Amino acid sequence: MSKSSKISRRKLLGNLPKGLATLGLGGLFWGSLVKETSAESLVLRPPGALPEKDFLKACLKCGQCVEACPYDTLKLAPAAADNLAGTPYFEPRAIPCYMCTDFPCIKKCPSEALSEKEITIDGEASINNSKMGLAVVHKESCIAYEGIHCSACYRACPLMGEAIQLIFDKNEVTQKHANLKPVVNGDICTGCGLCEHACIMEESAIKVLPPHVIEGKAGTHYIKSWDPADENRLTDIPETKKKEDVESTLDYLNDDNLLDDE
Amino acid sequence: MESNVSRRKFLKYSAATAAATAIGVHLPETIQAAGALVEAGWKWDKAVCRFCGTGCGLMVATRNDKIVAVKGDPLAPVNRGLNCIKGYFNAKIMYGEDRLKTPLLRVDENGNFSKTGKFKPVSWKRAFDEMEMQIRKTLKELGPTGLGVFGSGQYTIMEGYAMVKLMKAGFRSNNLDPNARHCMASAVAGFMQTFGIDEPSGNYDDIEITDTIVCWGANMAEMHPILWSRATDNRISNPDRVKVVNLSTYRNRTSDLADIEIIFKPNTDLAIWNYLAHEIVYNHPEAIDQDFVNKYTRFATGFVDIGYGLRGNANHKNYTEKEKEITGVEVSKKLSKAEGESLAYLGYKEGDTLEMKHTAAAGAHWGISFAEFKKALKPYTLDFVAEVSKGDESEPLEAYKAKLKQLADLYIEKQRTLVSFWTMGMNQHTRGTWVNEQAYMVHFLLGKQAKPGNGAFSLTGQPSACGTAREVGTFAHRLPADMVVNNPAHRKRSEEIWKLPDGTLNPKVGSHVMQIHRDIEDGKIKFVWINVNNPYQNTANANHWLRAARELDNFIVCSEGYPGISAKVSDLILPSAMIFEKWGAYGNAERRTQHWKQQVTPVGDAMPDIWQYVELAKRFKLRDVWGAQEIPGLEGGLPDVLPEISKLGYNPNSTLYDVLFASDYAKSFEWPAEVGKDTLNTEAEGDKRNVLGADGEAWKGYGFFIQKYLWEEYRLFGLGHGHDLAEFEAYHKARGLRWPVVDGKETLWRFNSKYDVYAQKENTGDFAFYGNKGSAIGSGTLTGPNDSMEKTDMDNRAKIFFRPYMDPPEMPDKEYPLWLCTGRVLEHWHSGTMTMRVPELYRAVPEALCYMHPEDATKFGMTQGELIWVESRRGKVKAHIETRGRNRVPQGLIYVPWFDEKVFINKLCLDATCPISKQTDFKKCAVKIYKTS
Repeated sequence: MSKSSKISRRKLLGNLPKGLATLGLGGLFWGSLVKETSAESLVLRPPGALPEKDFLKACLKCGQCVEACPYDTLKLAPAAADNLAGTPYFEPRAIPCYMCTDFPCIKKCPSEALSEKEITIDGEASINNSKMGLAVVHKESCIAYEGIHCSACYRACPLMGEAIQLIFDKNEVTQKHANLKPVVNGDICTGCGLCEHACIMEESAIKVLPPHVIEGKAGTHYIKSWDPADENRLTDIPETKKKEDVESTLDYLNDDNLLDDE
Repeated sequence: MESNVSRRKFLKYSAATAAATAIGVHLPETIQAAGALVEAGWKWDKAVCRFCGTGCGLMVATRNDKIVAVKGDPLAPVNRGLNCIKGYFNAKIMYGEDRLKTPLLRVDENGNFSKTGKFKPVSWKRAFDEMEMQIRKTLKELGPTGLGVFGSGQYTIMEGYAMVKLMKAGFRSNNLDPNARHCMASAVAGFMQTFGIDEPSGNYDDIEITDTIVCWGANMAEMHPILWSRATDNRISNPDRVKVVNLSTYRNRTSDLADIEIIFKPNTDLAIWNYLAHEIVYNHPEAIDQDFVNKYTRFATGFVDIGYGLRGNANHKNYTEKEKEITGVEVSKKLSKAEGESLAYLGYKEGDTLEMKHTAAAGAHWGISFAEFKKALKPYTLDFVAEVSKGDESEPLEAYKAKLKQLADLYIEKQRTLVSFWTMGMNQHTRGTWVNEQAYMVHFLLGKQAKPGNGAFSLTGQPSACGTAREVGTFAHRLPADMVVNNPAHRKRSEEIWKLPDGTLNPKVGSHVMQIHRDIEDGKIKFVWINVNNPYQNTANANHWLRAARELDNFIVCSEGYPGISAKVSDLILPSAMIFEKWGAYGNAERRTQHWKQQVTPVGDAMPDIWQYVELAKRFKLRDVWGAQEIPGLEGGLPDVLPEISKLGYNPNSTLYDVLFASDYAKSFEWPAEVGKDTLNTEAEGDKRNVLGADGEAWKGYGFFIQKYLWEEYRLFGLGHGHDLAEFEAYHKARGLRWPVVDGKETLWRFNSKYDVYAQKENTGDFAFYGNKGSAIGSGTLTGPNDSMEKTDMDNRAKIFFRPYMDPPEMPDKEYPLWLCTGRVLEHWHSGTMTMRVPELYRAVPEALCYMHPEDATKFGMTQGELIWVESRRGKVKAHIETRGRNRVPQGLIYVPWFDEKVFINKLCLDATCPISKQTDFKKCAVKIYKTS
C-alpha cells in the first residue's frame, strides 16, 4: 500500500485547510509587511479593533483574544513582525473570522484595544457593524464574471445579499446563459473574510484588505449636491492660512521668455 | 516546455495557429514553433460532466496518460462551454490522495475472510474467489433472492445494462435497485401512471422559450446551476414578460431571481396544486382547454389508505420504542383537521381512524367523471389552502393568500406559456407520485403540456438517472425500454433479445432500495454488491442498515473509487475505474444521451465496473443458476430452463460470460475499431499496466468491442418502441442526441405531432399520448372502482388524476418540535466522496451546517456557530448552527445537507416512502435540538 493509506482519511481531510493556508500565504507575508510602517500595514485586526495607531498603543499583546477565539482564527504576530510582534491578526484565506454574535475576543480584551464601542451603532453592539477589512473582487480573474456558475463567496457571506450581492447580466459568449457576478457592498462588508476563504480559485479572486488601504477619500472642496449629509464634512475643517507668494508671481510675469531665439 | 509558455501565450498561440491554418496565412516561425510545442503536449477530447442531471458537455485534456485539464465544451448545446464549480473541477476528481487502488478484503490473522477482520490488500483473483464462494453460499441457502445489488443513476449506460443482464438474466434475481430510487422513483411512477411512458415531454429549450418558470421543491440555483443561468438569462432578457416563482419550504438561492416566493409547510404542495385546479375548475372554467382535455385525457383517481411505505409489521423486532411511536401509521392513523376536510369526499372527518387497507394496491387507480373530479376539488378554496399551507408563521395570512392568487393567475393566463420544474421536493415525498400527477393535472387542464415553452418538467438529479437507471431499467421491477418484469410479454421480448430460454426471467418484482436494506436486516439478503453508489450514507434511518451490515452474517462488496461510508461497512472493496478511465455514456434530464471515450489508463489496479461484472460472470455456469429455483412469494418458483438451452446452442457448462456477454453477436463488434482509433480500451485490449486479473494472469482484454456491443444490443429494446437510440458511432460525432432518435433526427417535444413522429403516426390530431396506447382503465367513483364496469381503452390519452391532501407520517410535536429538511449544496455532489477531495471545494464548504432561524436559536438558548445535537426518534448527530447562510429557513424548520459523512444526517431521517414509487421522503421528519454542553 502507498504511504497515503497510513494517514487516516479523517486526518487527511482535517489537515486540508491548514495545508492550503501554508501553501497560499507562505513566509513572505510578514517579511513584506515589516518593511512598511505599521500604520500602513496590510494586517487584518480582530473585530472591534481601534484605528491602527491607537490599537498599537492600546494592545497589551497579552493574547487573550487569541485564546478566546473558538475558531483559532486569531494569531499573534511572530517576532519577525518587528514592531507588530505579539499583536493579534488573522489571515482569512487560512481561517476567516466566523463573526461570533457574542464576540468573545472583544469581551476578553483587557485594554479596550478591541472595543465594543467600535461595533456599536445607535446603542447596539453587533458583530455586523465590525470593520475588520473590506473585500474586493478582482473582476478580471473571478470566473463568475466570465460565466462559470460559482458565487461561492456570495453564499459564504454571513451578510449574503447585503455585503455581497449578485448582479446578473447576459453572457455574451454563449448568448443563452447569464453571468451571476458577485459585487461587494463596502458599506456593509465587515471584512470577516469568509468570502476570501471560500473562493474556489487557486488564488482567491476576492480578497480582504484593511479598509483604509482600499477606501478613497473626497476632498472638502466639493460637496455632493445630491447628498445633503455630505455637507457635514465641512464642519470639521480646520482653518488654514494659505501662504501668499507675490515674488514668484512677479518672477513669472517678468520672465521675458516667449519669443523664440533667432 | 509548457512551463515556459504562459497560459495566456498558449491560448494566443493556439488560437493564432488555428486561425492561420483556417485561412492559410503564413505565421512567423517563432509563433508556429511555440504553437506546435504546446499542442503536442496534450490532446483534447469530448466527454460529459461527472456530476448532476443537467448533463453539461466537457472537453478533457490528457497528457502523459493523465487528465490535466477540462473545459466546458463550446459545442455542447446545454452549456455552450460554461460549467458550474463542480464541473470546473472534473480534472481533479480522479486524483485524490486516498484513491482506492487495490482490492481490499477483511481478513483474520491467517488471511481468511472474517467479518470482524481488518481490511488488507488482496489480489483480484483472491477477491473474485471470495465473491464466488460467498455467492454460491448464499444461492445455496436463499436462492436468487438472497442476492442484492445497490445500483446507480451514475452507472454508465453500458455498465447498468451489463448489471441488469447479469442479475436478471444470469442470476435470475430482480433484487437490483439504484440510488435513483431515492431521487427519481416518484417522477417515474408519475410518468408511468399518467403517460404510460417514462421521461419528460419537453426539453431544455423550454427554458428560453417560456414566459414563466415555476420551481416546486427545486432549488435550481444550486442544484442545476447551468440550467439556472439559462433561466436567469431568459428572465433578465425579457424583464417585462418573464416571471419566476419559487415554491419551497424555506428560502433558498432560487428566490434571488423570483418575482414571487411562496414558503409552504412541508407536504402541503399537495394542497397548493389542488388550489390551482380548484381555481381553474370553479372560478375560471374558461381557462380549461376543453379540446385538449376532451380529446387527449381521461380523469382518474386511486386509493388514499395506502400507508407510508414503512414496514408492514409496525412492531418489527428491530424497531425501538421511540420508532414505534410513528411506525403504527402504516396500519392506521387518526385524521387531522386538514385531512378531515380533504378526505371528506370519502366520508371521513377529523378524528376518524383511517385503516390502511390498500398498502398492497397503492398504485391501483380507475377512471372517474369530470363531475366527480370537480366535486373532489371542492374543499381547496383559497382560504382553506392558505391556512393549511402557509409555511412562515411571521408572514401575514393576507399577504400569503395574495401570492397564491398571483400564482394561480400566472397559470391561468391564457396566452402565457409556463413550465413547472421540480426535483427532490416533489419526488422525495410520501405522496411523491401523487404530487407529480398533480403537476400534470394542472398543465393538462390548461392544455399547457408537450408544447414549446409549456409543460410540467421533472428535472433529474443524477447524471444518468434517466439514461441508465430509468432507460436501461436498473430498478427492481424494470427491464430496458420501460418494460417490467411482471409483464409476460415484456419478459418474452427480453428473453428473445437476450437469447434466453422461455421462463428464465424472474416475474416477481425484486426488492427496492429500502426493501434491500430491510431484507439484509431480516437476513433475507446475504450477498450484496454496491455499484457506483453510497447506500450506507444515502439511505434514511441509517443506524439500522449500518448495524445490519456490520453485525449480521452477510457479505457486502463495494466497488468504489474512494473510501466512503459504504466501503467502510463492506467486507470486500473493489477499486473501480472512474469516469474518464473508461468508455461510457450518460443520459440527462432532457433525454439527451452523450457518450465519451476512455481518456486515460485507470490508476493503480483499479478496473472498470463492466470488467468487474463480466469477470464475475465467468465464474458461474448455467447449471449453477438456471435450474429450478425457489422464490419466496412466487408459487412454483422459477422453472428449470436447462433442458431448453441446447436449442440455443448452450450447454450446462457454458458460463454466464459465454451466454450473456461473449456470444458470437457480441464478438462481431470488432476491436480495434475506427471510432476507437488511438484510444485506450482497458476492457477490450487490456492496458499498459498488465493488471493481474480475476484468473491471476495479466489482463489482456476481451478481444472485442464490448462497450459497443452492450450499447447496440441494449438499443434493440427501444427501436420502434418510442425509445429509439442512434447507433454507437453517431454519439461520437454529435454533442448528444435527444431520444427518440428516428432516422437520425432527435425529438424535441414528445407526444406533439408537430415534433414527434410517434405521435404523428397515431393520427389523433395535434397530440397522442401513445405511452397509453393499447392500455385500458377501469371506472368507478371517487370512493372506489366499480369492478362490474367494463374497462375503457386509453386510446392514446393521458390521465388527469385527482389526489387529495394528506399529512406526512411524522410531524413536529411537543417532544420533537422542529421539521428537518435535508438536501444538497452547490459545492458538493451527493455524499461528497469526490467533491470533498477537491481541496478548493472542500475549503469552500468543509462541513454540513444546521441552518436555523435566528429566533429559533434564541428560543433554544443557542447561538450562531454553536455545536448542537440534532435528534430524531431514530438517531442523532452533532452540527454547527448557521442562522445566516444560504438557506433562510422559517421558524420551526431546520435544514441540514447530507454530503458530509461527519454530520451523518441520514441517521435521523424517517425511512417512509411514497407507497407507489417507494421513494424515501428525505424532506421532512420531526427532530429536537439541544446543547452539547
